[in-house]
Amino acid sequence: MKTEELKRLSCEPVEFKVKEKRTLLGFSRKQLCIPYGVFLACFVVLPLLLIVFYAFTDQQGGFTFDNFIRFFTSATTLTTVIISILIALATTVICLLIAYPVAYILANSKLNKGGTLLMLFIMPMWINFVLRAMAMKDLLTLIGVFEFNNYLNVIIGMVYDYMPFMVMPIYTVLMKMDKSLIEASKDLGATGVQTFTKVVFPLSMPGIASGITMVFMPTMTCYVISDTFGNGLITIIGKLIDEQFTTFSNWNFGSAMAMVLLVIMLISMWVTGGFKSEETRGTNL
Amino acid sequence: MPAELLRGTFMVKNNENIIDLIGITRQFDDGVIAVDNLDLHVKKGEFVTFLGPSGCGKTTTLRMIAGFDKPNEGKIYLNGKDITELPPYKRPINTVFQKYALFPHLNIYDNIAYGLKLKKLKVTYEDKDGNRVERIEKFSKKEIAKKVERALKIVDLEGFEKRSVSTLSGGQQQRVAIARAIVNEPQILLLDEPLGALDLKMRKEMQIELKDMHKKLGITFIYVTHDQEEALTMSDTIVVMNDGIIQQIGTPEQIYNEPQNAFVANFIGESNIFSGTIAGKNKVRFLGKVFDCVDEFALNEKVDVVVRPEDVKITDAGEGTVDGTIIYSIFKGTHYEVVVKVGKSEITTQTLREVKVGDKIGMTVAPDEIHIMKKEIQSNVYDGYITKDNTVCFGDGEFLCDLTQLYEKSFIDDEGYLVTSAGERLDLTDVDVKVEVGLKDITIEDIKNDSDIESDEHYGAIGKIIQIIYKGDHYQLIVRTEENEEDFVFDTEDTWNEDDIVRVLIKKENIKLSLKQEIKR
Repeated sequence: MKTEELKRLSCEPVEFKVKEKRTLLGFSRKQLCIPYGVFLACFVVLPLLLIVFYAFTDQQGGFTFDNFIRFFTSATTLTTVIISILIALATTVICLLIAYPVAYILANSKLNKGGTLLMLFIMPMWINFVLRAMAMKDLLTLIGVFEFNNYLNVIIGMVYDYMPFMVMPIYTVLMKMDKSLIEASKDLGATGVQTFTKVVFPLSMPGIASGITMVFMPTMTCYVISDTFGNGLITIIGKLIDEQFTTFSNWNFGSAMAMVLLVIMLISMWVTGGFKSEETRGTNL
Repeated sequence: MPAELLRGTFMVKNNENIIDLIGITRQFDDGVIAVDNLDLHVKKGEFVTFLGPSGCGKTTTLRMIAGFDKPNEGKIYLNGKDITELPPYKRPINTVFQKYALFPHLNIYDNIAYGLKLKKLKVTYEDKDGNRVERIEKFSKKEIAKKVERALKIVDLEGFEKRSVSTLSGGQQQRVAIARAIVNEPQILLLDEPLGALDLKMRKEMQIELKDMHKKLGITFIYVTHDQEEALTMSDTIVVMNDGIIQQIGTPEQIYNEPQNAFVANFIGESNIFSGTIAGKNKVRFLGKVFDCVDEFALNEKVDVVVRPEDVKITDAGEGTVDGTIIYSIFKGTHYEVVVKVGKSEITTQTLREVKVGDKIGMTVAPDEIHIMKKEIQSNVYDGYITKDNTVCFGDGEFLCDLTQLYEKSFIDDEGYLVTSAGERLDLTDVDVKVEVGLKDITIEDIKNDSDIESDEHYGAIGKIIQIIYKGDHYQLIVRTEENEEDFVFDTEDTWNEDDIVRVLIKKENIKLSLKQEIKR
């Protein structure tokens, strides 16, 4: 187009108004951020700094690495960490093995009309989890499973308690999955099984990843369940930290353990986070 | 339709046909009949388009050919072999999906190679002793790479192998979807509104490309669209569908020039549809004048007359068959689109002349441009029954009616019994009747809100306007009830909108009742 033509066409000067800075109730975006900033500072940043401070000081307030040295040289703490990780791993794997077929059925079946079945899986979460754990313990005792092995009991308790956290993200991913992808796969010559392994399963990885993070991390520290189901004989790292703060009043050693735990969690998040795509991050509960 | 009947009895083992659908009916779990006793035969190498409004059953038919859906009744034959029960992965048919359905976790190369990697081939070898050995093999990596490359070349996307799906534009994704289907060398390529998500310019380009591709590849294309222009541009054969029934099968020219009924005429391009009456041999009366025509029908038969806008020739006033006044004129670049008022009717036409609103003009239509078709419906007929309140229930509604018409000189007594002229008292509760209502005897009214449906005024039926066809001086509407899908067909001069929920009202005196059987006394 010639420039004259362009000029003729754009005879009306267009005014671009500068967007109003004030948005909600006359507050700007920045001003609206302040409450959240204050909240984060008070309840996230400050406690973290306190933990770091306590972890690197002795009870007199002097700088020291002793807490960490004690942690990594004590056989008790290291065994506890390993036991915690093993219990969490077993719980996560069992949860996944049970939750995936459940989520698959819930997402596909006509049985789940109006989400009734899904509701049955979610409903226990509305009951206080200590109560739930006690009830489960009594039930296990009643049917005689409770006598066998304390580790088994703890894992059963953990799986029972954290199952919905594994079901939900997988269910959400499967529900959101474009059904035409499954048809496309079959159309291109894949059988039902091949379609599952080549399309459905790979595409449900984000749900599995967020399910794993939501089960693995809390089960490392959830000592209410290990106490209830372990007959007081199984200590996981959460319990150990709790003891330092309550029984021994050694905040410094407790903080150091909390820091180590934090690092372990960050590592596990980094491992599973590799599967997550941005858009499915919000599918957690 | 005698031509249709012939098709139904067509020999299945016909070498020319690649796919035969015989008596296909598909009823969904909720009772909706998507496809109703459909017969269709597609020749090898043909470009067939299923055309119709949404919900007409075209996609369901396609899905049954692909194998995603199974018919409740009927058989599907591929090259004369029954494939009705064959799962989709065993059919040599590939589909291009409406929203592409590309696998987001695979790159372009793996998407296209998906089918090839799964394919098993029977290969026969000759061993040392000259014996034939049959082995099942898969394509080698080299072969797959070659085929993918060729497919990408066909869709003009060379060098895109390593790209991920999300980095492609809609048009490019569409091409990948096509490549993914054709790389398997299917016998039939199914395309389910593949261009629906593209913008107009892209769509036009892809139409031409698809047509070229069809010529190059030589495989049968079955294409589904609701866009009549797309259908006319691309197809060898168009199958016009509505309500799960084939309305017409033909070449684009046949469909456009010789529509078999008002639905086809209205759906394919713009047309003027009038109610007419046969006025003699090769003569039809509409717009208050007698026109020459080529079709032969019985004298005084009521017919629909279809005239395409471009077939109306404008003359000076008094020189044409019929005179009118221009009430609307828009310049369209190459021509003027003009609406002419004749009496109460409006005719849309095109002209190269410069005409102004208010001009008086004459019009003629060449005899072979006047398309006459049987009027589909003359009145509505329902099965109904009498209630204890002496009203009649039919078409998912309850209506006041005059029961005395069932027996001559009868009357209703104080207790609600019908007394015949012979003095017999009859209880008509729950008696089955045939109900007939004329096209002009139905009125509808708006439903303002939901509570209105439940209101005390419970006579009438509630339904949705599912179709409006303009017929020159009036509209023909179809209102369909939700519960049993009963249709009320009627003419009105008022303007309504499709999908409006309305209450159907019929005056007491306009409900014609007849007994289905004698009442037991």
